[in-house]
Amino acid sequence: MNTQVEIAGVKFKNPVMTGSGTFGSGMEYSDFVDLNKLGAVVTKGVANVPWPGNPVPRVTEVYGGMLNAIGLQNPGIDVFVERDLEFLKKYDTKVIVNVCGKSVEDYLEVVERLGNESRVDMLEINVSCPNVKEGAIAFGQNKDALFDITTRIKKVAKQPVIMKLSPNVTSIAEMAKAAEAAGADAISLINTITGMKIDIHKRKFALANKTGGMSGPAIKPVAVRMVYEASHAVKIPVIGMGGIANGDDAIEFIMAGATAVAVGAMNFHDPYTTEKVVEGIESYMKRYNVEDINELRGIVE
Amino acid sequence: MGKKKKTEAKVLSQAILAEGIYDLWLETDLAMDAHPGQFVGVYPTNKSTLLPRPISICEVDRDRSAIRLVYRVVGSGTAEFALYQPGDYMMILGVLGNGFPLTEAAGKKVVVMGGGIGGPPLLQTAKELSGKGDVTAASVTAVMGYRNQETFLADDFRKYSELVIATEDGSVGTKGNVIDAMRQQNVECDVIMACGPMPMLRAIKAYAQEKGIKAYISLEERMACGVGACLGCVCKTKEVDHHSYVHNTRICTDGPVFDAEEVEI
Repeated sequence: MNTQVEIAGVKFKNPVMTGSGTFGSGMEYSDFVDLNKLGAVVTKGVANVPWPGNPVPRVTEVYGGMLNAIGLQNPGIDVFVERDLEFLKKYDTKVIVNVCGKSVEDYLEVVERLGNESRVDMLEINVSCPNVKEGAIAFGQNKDALFDITTRIKKVAKQPVIMKLSPNVTSIAEMAKAAEAAGADAISLINTITGMKIDIHKRKFALANKTGGMSGPAIKPVAVRMVYEASHAVKIPVIGMGGIANGDDAIEFIMAGATAVAVGAMNFHDPYTTEKVVEGIESYMKRYNVEDINELRGIVE
Repeated sequence: MGKKKKTEAKVLSQAILAEGIYDLWLETDLAMDAHPGQFVGVYPTNKSTLLPRPISICEVDRDRSAIRLVYRVVGSGTAEFALYQPGDYMMILGVLGNGFPLTEAAGKKVVVMGGGIGGPPLLQTAKELSGKGDVTAASVTAVMGYRNQETFLADDFRKYSELVIATEDGSVGTKGNVIDAMRQQNVECDVIMACGPMPMLRAIKAYAQEKGIKAYISLEERMACGVGACLGCVCKTKEVDHHSYVHNTRICTDGPVFDAEEVEI
């Protein structure tokens, strides 16, 4: 039985990754899961300098999921390289570093810096965080801006580049095509869906940022639909995510057209979810005598 | 300290202590690693929920491998917990956070201060410091603030400490808050360990500064992961934090207990 998948020449032992921002750099979850069993660890977004993030409250639960407005708090690339990347050297899993920035130059600085780091297998460019005022989603909601930043990043990147797309757009297919046309090696989707919650007892917004990104099982049908549309619009591989809780959910994304999948908010519900998804994919394959996970990709036309 | 884990815990008993305040004993091997001031994440089973509810550990009984959670029903998750009966099982994540630094209280006059549902984690703190743990204080006084005559856990605190009560309505003890009770009843101490609503913690920080003593305060914030990964539950810090490299510290992992001087509250 083969669970190995390949994206831009990088071979993953299985298609299960972690959703950026939900798993730190793996350190906090290494008490619960064997990181060696995962296809890849996708790290929390890192910028050229430390970012303080948004005021609290930053998280709140909603029906079937949650809203977050962390605001990409991160310790900056220097600490990330010395501490987080160093930690990941102990493990036999692929490392995908999520990169964020306020300006194109910010992104380029981080991408260039990571070019020398052999532990970094791929880069995921966050052009879709809905919770920061500058940068991020500003590049991900306009196809010309997305094309421009992707082109510029590709010029300096030493590792293959994944553009992480936002669902908060009119046509995900158009955005996927823009990323592909600019030379992206892969795309990942969906980032969170912008939402809002009001505490009617306090007559205040539940989040200090007023709006937050929604994630969790409630967004899965939206994510599956978008992965389907995006994967049919481009030839580059798609990494699918949005509410994945178990192996069956992962298979659904793969059938929609995803080459790999990521587990996000469900890590908070069950810190063992990533490993359970790996096992769940294998038991599905056994049950239906699937020899190679790649046979299932986009099987639903 | 053992590894954190998500595990099944058996309900041993559940009682109502006051209106909306529940007293739950759970059998779990997490009891063996539990330290005063730490907490667990408790999962509702309702499929519409995602996140564990952080609840502080009120008391530990290692002989029965059990922990006691005293919590207030505030939403649908805790309302579900209130329905659990002896013999039922619940999923919990733990043990989380760092507790009160008991070694800082060794041989000193300690006041544990709790306001409302902030009181429970101070019980195990008082218990251990009164001679039932590795570190013993010179004396332990509990100063507990309540809304009214429903002074839940008062008898438990009396077992391990002198008890001073403040009530908002003046029905029991000093009328006013815990600081009013400290002053009116001339409670003296070298160190304070406290948990309660933010206005109370701010008052305690100011009181400790005025008296030139140490105060360790347990903070609360909306949490998601509970294990330090998501950066949801942060508090502003005076200095650049050792982990985040900005002026933010993770309440779930680097707290919930902090030296009051280190955090901006």
